[in-house]
Amino acid sequence: MRRAEIITAGVLALFSLYVMWKAGQPAWEGVARWSNITYVSGEGPGSGFWPFWLAAVMLGCTVWIAVNWWRRASPLSRSGERFLDDHGIGMLIKVGGGVLALIGLNHIVGMYGAMALFLFYYLYFLGRHRIGLSLAIALGAPVATFFFFDVAMRIVLPKGYLEPLFIPLYDIFL
Amino acid sequence: MDILSHLIDGILTAFQPLNLMIVIIGVTIGLIIGAMPGLGSVNGVAILLPATFLVPPTTAMIFLAAIYYGAMYGGAISSITLGIPGASTAVATVFDGRPLALQGKADKALVAAAVASCVGGTVANILFTAFAPPLAHVALSFGPPEIFALMLLAFATFIGLGGDDIPKTILSICLGLVLATVGFDEISGAPRLVFFEITGFMHGINFLVLAIGVYGIGEMLWTINASRNDVSMTSVEIGARRIVLAAKESFTAWRGMAIGSSLGFFVGVLPAAGATPGALMAYGLTKMTAKNPQNFGKGALNGVTAPESANNSAAAGSMLPMITLGIPGSPTTAILLGGMVIWGLQPGPRLFAEQPEFVWPLIGSLYVSNLMAMVMNLAFIPMFLWMLRMPFTILAPMIFVLSVVGGYAATQDMHDVWLMLIFGIGAFFLRMLDYPLAPAVLAIVLGPQTEESLRQSLLMSSGDPLIFVSRPIAGPITVIALILIFLPLVGVIRRRLGAGTRTAT
Repeated sequence: MRRAEIITAGVLALFSLYVMWKAGQPAWEGVARWSNITYVSGEGPGSGFWPFWLAAVMLGCTVWIAVNWWRRASPLSRSGERFLDDHGIGMLIKVGGGVLALIGLNHIVGMYGAMALFLFYYLYFLGRHRIGLSLAIALGAPVATFFFFDVAMRIVLPKGYLEPLFIPLYDIFL
Repeated sequence: MDILSHLIDGILTAFQPLNLMIVIIGVTIGLIIGAMPGLGSVNGVAILLPATFLVPPTTAMIFLAAIYYGAMYGGAISSITLGIPGASTAVATVFDGRPLALQGKADKALVAAAVASCVGGTVANILFTAFAPPLAHVALSFGPPEIFALMLLAFATFIGLGGDDIPKTILSICLGLVLATVGFDEISGAPRLVFFEITGFMHGINFLVLAIGVYGIGEMLWTINASRNDVSMTSVEIGARRIVLAAKESFTAWRGMAIGSSLGFFVGVLPAAGATPGALMAYGLTKMTAKNPQNFGKGALNGVTAPESANNSAAAGSMLPMITLGIPGSPTTAILLGGMVIWGLQPGPRLFAEQPEFVWPLIGSLYVSNLMAMVMNLAFIPMFLWMLRMPFTILAPMIFVLSVVGGYAATQDMHDVWLMLIFGIGAFFLRMLDYPLAPAVLAIVLGPQTEESLRQSLLMSSGDPLIFVSRPIAGPITVIALILIFLPLVGVIRRRLGAGTRTAT
């Protein structure tokens, strides 16, 4: 935990510096960098003023966290526990990877196809439920979602390469 | 007496068969929309507005107002049972509603939310009816410095409550505020913080992307890791008797209801605020004034009743400037206002005088909708708890799917879905390291208003920050906010000095 605390503070410090750098980026050519982070007479604070100083406060907070870490002033900075044990790493790979695939597959088989595949993977392989229940939920959930979002709410979810399969449904319900 | 007779007429009109049916349908749709993560009252009202052109304006308005009310109730359902706010207005309900559900007290949390919503709505409706003109007048006198001072106070409550690590809390607030600035600067029109020049950042980051990432994906990953695959979402017993007992018990959390009902209405009236800051501020204030603030976040019933009474109260409050002055008090009322214009009505002070047959049935329907929403909500509690009774290996993938679908539905852009995953995984790591994430969600919601009011204020004062302390209303609010921010710092310094003195002796 102790190592994770300082690494995370370091990553957040780098992110803060990046935000400060981006906040000072001129929006248009011919405008000097950092000119937008100050008070511009007659115009008020520039576009980068608010994010720049917020990021500066964030940077200050990461320094504060680092000082606490160095002084071992916070419980986590004194902890010798592992940040993620073998179970945690396995969970992140299996579950986090599954969610990653769910989103990635949206681009190929659309939301409904990805949803069905993810639900079956999770229920049958991770949850070890019976194949009948897994299939019923994996196929039933996309149908219910289609009628709620595409039909009732008129929010068209991505279909990917499965789009042609939905055309007859559009004719009937939309 | 004139107001009372108008009100009775209005309530009787709302009880006419067609209007009553419309109220029940509207409330039911609102409950479902509010409970769906990623969809809130604004989505429901916007999408269903065209469907109301078939009915008279009064009926249409009653229908949409019922959806608005129902969604305020419904938001709490997913906040409590799934740990994902159904809408931004129910973000604060997660803080204590979720821990209560995990302790096997989901029924108490749901009943308390329903009762508090009804109390908040009723109080707000009475205030709406009786004190409309003077309250709207006071709220309208608020300028940017007062709005910024209110926002500062909302953030200060998170720091001042002292429950979490101070630098991590401040960092969380600033992170949320920074994420809210991504996209085009609304004042100058300049693009900013377009990270790695990815064009998807040009349209900004919707608060739901962060909220669902944190409370959907991040929360689920954390729960699965912490529970070691042994998650039992507690078997919850529910029945008419338990609902009645839980309803009685919810009145023990009367402080949350009292604070939420009054504060929520007032914040809801403000054109720049609304139900979300109202609920968050009510939560903060109730926690701050509680005898045992350390219980908040661990399943305090007042932590549920405060935001739930506040968001319903604010919903009625946000109708006030819309009806009386033609100024919407929230995004949802902005759409309602658009609908009124389409129906040929002119919102504003003259509406009361010229269209009483429209205004008073609407006000009457608010009372009826409020009551119906509570009845329907309580009646469907067993169905909502059914979600909790499912094995976690069935519930978890459904929450992941709901999160992804909800994240897409919010903006209909796959870029935001990917961003939601990044936020979810980031939230998992940050939560493991005790970073509080609720302040970041609060900050991304209030960020645009905060920045706008700050910049307008500084423009008004030619860059002089003393404008926030020199004005009669903004001054005291700012001072209270600053005290809340610096109080824990003083505590830290005193502890350090005390430790130093002990070491020296």
